Amino acid sequence: MNSIHLQIQLNRSAFMLDVDLQLPGQGISAIFGASGSGKTTLLRAVAGLEKNQQGRIQIGAHIWQDTQQGIDLPIWQRPLGYVFQESSLLPHLTVSENLNFGLKRALKTSGNVSSDAAKALQASIELLGIGNLLQRMPDQLSGGERQRVAIARAIAMQPQLLLMDEPLASLDAARRQEIFPWLSKLRDELKMPMLYVTHSADEVARLADHLVVLEKGQVKAQGSVSTVLTQVVNPAVVGEDAGALIAGHIGQVDTQWHLSRIDFEGGCVWMRDAGLPVGKAVRIRILARDVSLATSEPQNTSIQNQLLGTIQSITPDAHPSQVMVVLKCGAEEVLARVTKRAVDELGLQVGQPVWAQVKSVALVA
Amino acid sequence: MILTPDSWQAIQLTVALATSTTVILLILATPLAWWLSQTQSAWRAPVHALVTLPLVLPPSVLGFYLLIVMGPQGPLGQLTQAMGWGVLSFTFTGLLIGSILFSLPFAVQPLQHAFEAIGSRPMEVAATLRASPLDAFFSVALPLAKPGMVTAAILSFAHTVGEFGVVLMIGGNIPGKTRVVSTEIYGHVEAMEYAQAHVLAAGMLAFSFVVLLVLALMNRRQRQVV
Repeated sequence: MNSIHLQIQLNRSAFMLDVDLQLPGQGISAIFGASGSGKTTLLRAVAGLEKNQQGRIQIGAHIWQDTQQGIDLPIWQRPLGYVFQESSLLPHLTVSENLNFGLKRALKTSGNVSSDAAKALQASIELLGIGNLLQRMPDQLSGGERQRVAIARAIAMQPQLLLMDEPLASLDAARRQEIFPWLSKLRDELKMPMLYVTHSADEVARLADHLVVLEKGQVKAQGSVSTVLTQVVNPAVVGEDAGALIAGHIGQVDTQWHLSRIDFEGGCVWMRDAGLPVGKAVRIRILARDVSLATSEPQNTSIQNQLLGTIQSITPDAHPSQVMVVLKCGAEEVLARVTKRAVDELGLQVGQPVWAQVKSVALVA
Repeated sequence: MILTPDSWQAIQLTVALATSTTVILLILATPLAWWLSQTQSAWRAPVHALVTLPLVLPPSVLGFYLLIVMGPQGPLGQLTQAMGWGVLSFTFTGLLIGSILFSLPFAVQPLQHAFEAIGSRPMEVAATLRASPLDAFFSVALPLAKPGMVTAAILSFAHTVGEFGVVLMIGGNIPGKTRVVSTEIYGHVEAMEYAQAHVLAAGMLAFSFVVLLVLALMNRRQRQVV
């Protein structure tokens, strides 16, 4: 397996980054954390953009850095693609020249055939839908278009690793929605591994396969995205957005009421019909704040989704009035954020079966 | 009003001097300005001060020291004599060296500001796109600093045309060799040839105004683009 090993130490006067990570060699690994947690610094260190970093960076069979062996490839010799947070197109070049800037140079060093490169360029132009922008200058593009060009420019070089530093952070909500489909497409269609830095739990839920949570330069948690996102250690980090991520598929579509049923191991939920066909694999997100608990099957309620589960744990939440309850529903875990008083009045205990009422479900991918 | 052959010669010499000074200055000042814009070395401040010195120094002081250094007893004079080139003072080459030093800050400062304005991001981007530092300098930093280069060239040229003190000290105002427009005007005034002085002086005035006007228009256009 082409895995990625990142072992990096970096000392700054106010801050120290110290991580040792083994990441899968494919899919999107999200680096998640609050601002100041060191996530961008980590990404820059992988690229070689930070000074005085120590450790070992190995991508598949290729060693980019190994302080012990005295290996430290300069940035321009690391076969990577980097998408910066804000627009990073070279302002004096057209879109087409920007795309070719890296490609031309990557070709010289890799010794690939230029017809392959032309194909890769064409593929990345199509993948990001920027064919009609090629002759424009960067200042004639919208923010979303600029980011799409920057992503295309990075992947056209067919890097061994794609690094993305909050590529959506500089965009407004509408532009973000515009880019999301392209990013999901990248994840599904490209084989290259990607490191994706973000502080948005929503982006993690929608895009990531693997998740690394950073706090003050240290790894707080890591693993597959559905396990880490549900771990109760994280509410402090995830905050308001704590919730369960569940993989399932469309089980039924109710055309009369415009609803579709998502089936997963341990239950099913109804949600707004998104026009997806029966059998289509989906990911849904149930936020802890949208789940309430009942000791008997709720009757006469407007809430359509009820899941039966057993209480696995009850842990204090960020605010003293609240607790986080983890339920096991079949194979999946569901989080509920409720008040301490409710837990006391209902006499909830670990191991007890309860009904979870789910007020809303979001489709994330 | 017709210019005397002497005046024509002075104009030609002025243009030749200003052009050579500008070309050589751009070649010298670009790496120097780049270094000043990037370095965190302790040498940055003293070098910066040294480069700026001609801006505040009376030209006669600069000219005086150059005369001594290039003269028969000076270190540079000894060297040029040993190489068989003779003494540089009162020659065009000597004048050229003086002009380059005198106009150095006018070339370095616009370039340095232009490089600093680029910031580190475009160079980082270039590095992630496989460009070595030298490659990135030529393919990214220089094109982005183009407005600064144009300003540096215009200022160096105009400043060289307008210099007087250094020319007088090092050049000695020898017709056909080191007599430029500014010293030619001086000569006309000394000889009470006010009509001749008027023509040249008005020409200089118009030239300087046009240069500054062009610069101002260029700056406005750039601001609109940005």
